[in-house]
Amino acid sequence: MAYAAGVDVGSTQTKAVVINEAKNIIGRALIDTGANVVLAAEQAFTEALRGAKIEEEEVEYVVGTGYGRYRVTFGNTQVTEISCHGRGAVHMFPSTRTVIDMGGQDTKAIRVRPSGEIVDFCMNDKCAAGTGRFLGAASSALGIPLDQLGPRALRAERPVRISTTCTVFAESEVLSWLGKGKKIEDILQGVHQSIAARSIGLLRRVGVEEEITFTGGVARNIGMIEALQKGLGAKLNVSEESHFMGALGAALFARDHILAGREPAATGRPS
Amino acid sequence: MIITAGIDVGSTYTKAVVLDDHDVILSHALNNTGFKLAEVSRQVYLSALESAGLVESDISYVVATGFGRHMVSFSDAQVTDLTASARGATFFFPKTRTILDIGGQTMKATRIDESARVKSFRLNDKCAAGTGAFLEKTARYMGYGTLEIGPLVATSKQQVAISGVCAVFAESEVINQLSVGSAPADIMHGAVASLVDRSVQLLKRVQMEPEFTLIGGILRFETMARVVREHLKAEVNVPPENLVQFVGALGAAILAQRRLRKLNLPVADSRTGAAMPAQN
Repeated sequence: MAYAAGVDVGSTQTKAVVINEAKNIIGRALIDTGANVVLAAEQAFTEALRGAKIEEEEVEYVVGTGYGRYRVTFGNTQVTEISCHGRGAVHMFPSTRTVIDMGGQDTKAIRVRPSGEIVDFCMNDKCAAGTGRFLGAASSALGIPLDQLGPRALRAERPVRISTTCTVFAESEVLSWLGKGKKIEDILQGVHQSIAARSIGLLRRVGVEEEITFTGGVARNIGMIEALQKGLGAKLNVSEESHFMGALGAALFARDHILAGREPAATGRPS
Repeated sequence: MIITAGIDVGSTYTKAVVLDDHDVILSHALNNTGFKLAEVSRQVYLSALESAGLVESDISYVVATGFGRHMVSFSDAQVTDLTASARGATFFFPKTRTILDIGGQTMKATRIDESARVKSFRLNDKCAAGTGAFLEKTARYMGYGTLEIGPLVATSKQQVAISGVCAVFAESEVINQLSVGSAPADIMHGAVASLVDRSVQLLKRVQMEPEFTLIGGILRFETMARVVREHLKAEVNVPPENLVQFVGALGAAILAQRRLRKLNLPVADSRTGAAMPAQN
């Protein structure tokens, strides 16, 4: 049995996934990236191996992805996170044509072929508005843990309209709404809607085609799923593994390499 | 003596200036704006009055400015921050034609004519990159406070390139720079340079003309003016350090004096209704 692994070094968190030949996830790990990117990659990989109950030597090929992919010192090669998210999403939901990936500091809209190949993509490379960071700002301004933001936003009655674009200013706006006596639920719903609106803007730039799969850490947030579905007027595919989609895509590319190595005739295309 | 006051409710600080009819600044005060704009503007006003040894009924006219000007319930009139800053800048430097105002959450470039009327302006208020908040964030990522920014940059030997596109992304940049051994002073210097780059772009869009006057809280850092001077390759005026944050409030107080003269009526205290003779 040959194993393949993918390590996704994101701006905020590092994810590692180990898969077997049957493309099943047998180990996964999620840790904060922190300042030492090299160490974060190693730790996440080690933890995933432990979860899979296998030794490092048993992993034949490792693909690094994410903004820190060149710091995955033990990686055999690197693939961009755009390709990996596309690949992971199509693996989980084969009818995926559009992927919205929302991470800690960036949001990406990706349009894919049925094969998982990238047709077009768009991302917020100049500004952190409309990313998970905006939720982080709301979380610290209100003193509410990240995982409670979504559920509370769903209880809103009269959502406020967040006018701030910049994540840095969002914190002050949230506090000023609080100062005006608005309910936390209504403010949170406003925050979710504002992020959703910006992400939908990105999606429209690549062209929205169903099915749409929502990946990245923020996909665990029920409030964001709802806000996006409402804004798009379409249902989203959301996997339990949404957080690991990039790492999973990387592991699938690693598996391709293993198979291609065995069959010299293989093209290296996703199988 | 006719005394007026200017209140500038900015995004980060609220400032007040008390001025007499010989254009002498009697006192000034400031506090964090926070979220209760009405309360903080009153509190800053009262503390400026107190340090001038005055009471509210001594003040003939109050002009409010800044983003929170409409929350100043005791003001007689409101003017935009651009109008007020133009008046304040020309108070110190009469030949000012272009003003760059860098505050906590905004950056403004204004071109004015010889009578301090606003001819053209551009704002950056949607994005923290290009404002004081960008420098504060960058400093905080490295464990420095706002007031340490100036002294820190002063010790820089060479600046590190910081892209400065986003105050949030700056965090990763700072961490990367620290991890390759860059000195915090050089990183901070790079952040200042990127901010100045943005300000020069804004200045170009208003078709800047000399003389240039720099105002706003960020100019408390001496290095800031030096870097602007280097980038513009031109001399820049900077008001006295203790007043550089008060230019808008001062402008508002000056406009209050002018307003009273223009009214050319017996000056009445709007609160007590007692008539006072105009003294021009």
